[in-house]
Amino acid sequence: MSQALLQVDGVSKRFGGFTALDGVSVDIRPGERFGLIGPNGSGKTTLINCISGVLSSDLGAIRFDGQDITRLPAYKRTRRGIARSFQVPRPFRSMTVLENLLVAIDFAVIGHGLSTRQADAEVYAILDKIGLADKAHVSSSQLSQVELRKMELARAMAARPKLLISDEAMAGLAGAEVDEVLDVLLKLNAEGITVIMIEHIMQAVMRFSERVMCLDAGRVICEGTPQQVMADKRVQEAYLGT
Amino acid sequence: MGGVGRHLGFWIGAAAFVALAFAMALTVRNEYAFFAGFVVLQFIVLATAWNILGGYAGYVNFGTSAFFGIGVYTAVFLLKAVAAPLWIQIGVAALVGAALGLGVGLLTLRLRGIFFSIATVAITIIAETLITNWKFVGGATGVQLLRPPVTEPFDSYIKMLFVIAAVMVVIAVALARYVQNSGLGRGLRAIRDDEIAAECSGVPTLNLKLVACALSGALMCAAGAPSAMYLQFADPVSAFNLNYSVSALAMSLIGGTSHWIGPVLGAILLATTQQLLTVTISSEVNVLVLGVMLVLFVVAAPEGIIGLARRLWRWARRRTS
Repeated sequence: MSQALLQVDGVSKRFGGFTALDGVSVDIRPGERFGLIGPNGSGKTTLINCISGVLSSDLGAIRFDGQDITRLPAYKRTRRGIARSFQVPRPFRSMTVLENLLVAIDFAVIGHGLSTRQADAEVYAILDKIGLADKAHVSSSQLSQVELRKMELARAMAARPKLLISDEAMAGLAGAEVDEVLDVLLKLNAEGITVIMIEHIMQAVMRFSERVMCLDAGRVICEGTPQQVMADKRVQEAYLGT
Repeated sequence: MGGVGRHLGFWIGAAAFVALAFAMALTVRNEYAFFAGFVVLQFIVLATAWNILGGYAGYVNFGTSAFFGIGVYTAVFLLKAVAAPLWIQIGVAALVGAALGLGVGLLTLRLRGIFFSIATVAITIIAETLITNWKFVGGATGVQLLRPPVTEPFDSYIKMLFVIAAVMVVIAVALARYVQNSGLGRGLRAIRDDEIAAECSGVPTLNLKLVACALSGALMCAAGAPSAMYLQFADPVSAFNLNYSVSALAMSLIGGTSHWIGPVLGAILLATTQQLLTVTISSEVNVLVLGVMLVLFVVAAPEGIIGLARRLWRWARRRTS
């Protein structure tokens, strides 16, 4: 059991009378590429919010790297190594791309002991990898949609995560752009970062993931290899209706 | 970027400013100049203090008058209880303000946006009610205070207060400038831009907001303390006057909230205009002028004087190149 990087154990979340998550459990192994799918309103983002600490779960426990993080505030989880992007990009609009990433380095990488120049160098290395290096000094309020998506991933990377959660980083992007972002995620995973990907674009999830889990109405209805999940009757029903 | 040069420039400017205030106090005869000047300086401190939380972190605080009033009454209390000298009154008021900022912050900073703002209005009302019912500091009728004899080299108490206010301006502005350029400033900006994204980038949002609230509160209370000796009188209605809240906010917005110079410029502009109007027309017109100017700036220059200057600068550069 101690092999898992992230252990979600029976997590439930209610909003008033609506049950968004109903006893969800899942183990994520280190280095894994994990896909999370499900129809709209099935609880994918709520689950991510509970894992990253944006919401606190009502029931259940979350363990990361062998330690209980269920009650930790979000910023402490980020410092332990859980970074995420957002479905709707949330840039720091008054800052340049460079400054956006520096926030994450300054606050998430505690005691990094980097000089200003070294921190800048780290940011440039990340931007280079993600393909945003030429935008370092551009205000984040002037980025295009695909650039914003990339900056979200870059900012998450600046926190030096062990686990990266990508919440629909490809939503609203064109075909070639989807491939670009997918390549970035694969590259990060190849460096040893565990990735959880939430995605509506099936093709992308199937190509990316080693293991896929499907949520419907706050419950896990199926988990397995992409092929297994695609072939599952309940998954087909959830997506296509009966 | 010549960081050392910029620091040096700032401190030379600050020293020159205090020296000028001191020289004025020793040479200028007309007491009224100091009477009016003190108020302008006081508003620079208040607006600068407001901007640390309201501008940098984007938490619009309507509680300036609560902090100011508590500063006034800290001084009154110390004076009546132990006849404390002025600098003790100011120092203790700053400590009380910091503690109060922390306490108020813990109660209210979990609220966001308009809910936070409403909570801060309530704090003024609570503080005023408490003081109104506290007999020792004069209650609702207020309290008359006697100035101690003025110390050398000043020949009048007002002139000394003026110089003290000038020193407080330097302390407040230096603090705001430090916050702005430090990691704390970057964290507060991240909070203002997007609090959830900040938290998920490792920014301890609640802690930073509490620090900002404590610093802001300390400066506001400290600004209020010398007011007791300035007026030689204190009563709850004027000490907790909502005008302080509105002015501090308006001055910051009109000057521009993104840089420490913004509230300074805004306070100089507005407080000077108000002082002139008080003399020439009436003190009632003040509020009207404040309102009109705020509307004008919100419409024509939403980023205040700083934003306006930046736009002009860009425009001029484009013309020359």
